[in-house]
Amino acid sequence: MSVKLLYFAWVREKTGIGEELIEPPGDVETVADLIGWLKSRGPEYEAAFEKHDVIRAAIDQTHVNHDAAIASAREIAFFPPVTGG
Amino acid sequence: MIRVQAEDFDIGAEIERLRAERTDIGAIVTFTGTVRDVAPNSQGKGKPISQMTLEHYPGMTEKELERIERAANERWTLQASLIIHRYGPLKPGDNIVLVITASAHRHAAFEAAAFLMDYLKTSAPFWKMEEGAEGGDWVDARDSDDAALTRWDAAKKAAE
Repeated sequence: MSVKLLYFAWVREKTGIGEELIEPPGDVETVADLIGWLKSRGPEYEAAFEKHDVIRAAIDQTHVNHDAAIASAREIAFFPPVTGG
Repeated sequence: MIRVQAEDFDIGAEIERLRAERTDIGAIVTFTGTVRDVAPNSQGKGKPISQMTLEHYPGMTEKELERIERAANERWTLQASLIIHRYGPLKPGDNIVLVITASAHRHAAFEAAAFLMDYLKTSAPFWKMEEGAEGGDWVDARDSDDAALTRWDAAKKAAE
């Protein structure tokens, strides 16, 4: 099943795109799995997710940890720690 | 109420709108965050800033601000609350964020305003890019912002 990925701030700059539709393989079950799979897709992804520990994720616009399951996700976003206010 | 907008806001007008035709409010607290013209760099000196651009996650931003506002209203008895956050390119001196809280007595309004800002800082999906003569830098998140949340958790546990 395809899922929409969104990238923000320096994650967006490093991947070179703001959003894309992807179809991850079946063994990609969690956010951490997805990051690992994305990193294998090219040097720009490798660079964007190099510091994977600091990258935050949201599934369907709700903050999640990297161990969250992505099975029912329609939209997954990756971004640096937020700096609003 | 929450608003996410590119346009500036008028603090006085927002206060007047919030209190219009009400006489049950005894205290109104406002917090305004503005763009500074200098950012600390790694050498500890200030880097001059000519522009700050705020990126955000449309949809999730509104959801998070509504969630934070709801949490404040569950925790304190507020007569009214308002969060306005801007996005897009801003200049030094420009307004970034406005929080207004109104309550019968001052403590709830003071505390709720600080709570809203502390949670907004760590969970609302905004990112600041500071631009100066040396180019642009994404602002790093501050550990002190995360630390600010622990006092609310501690206060809540103490109350339970």
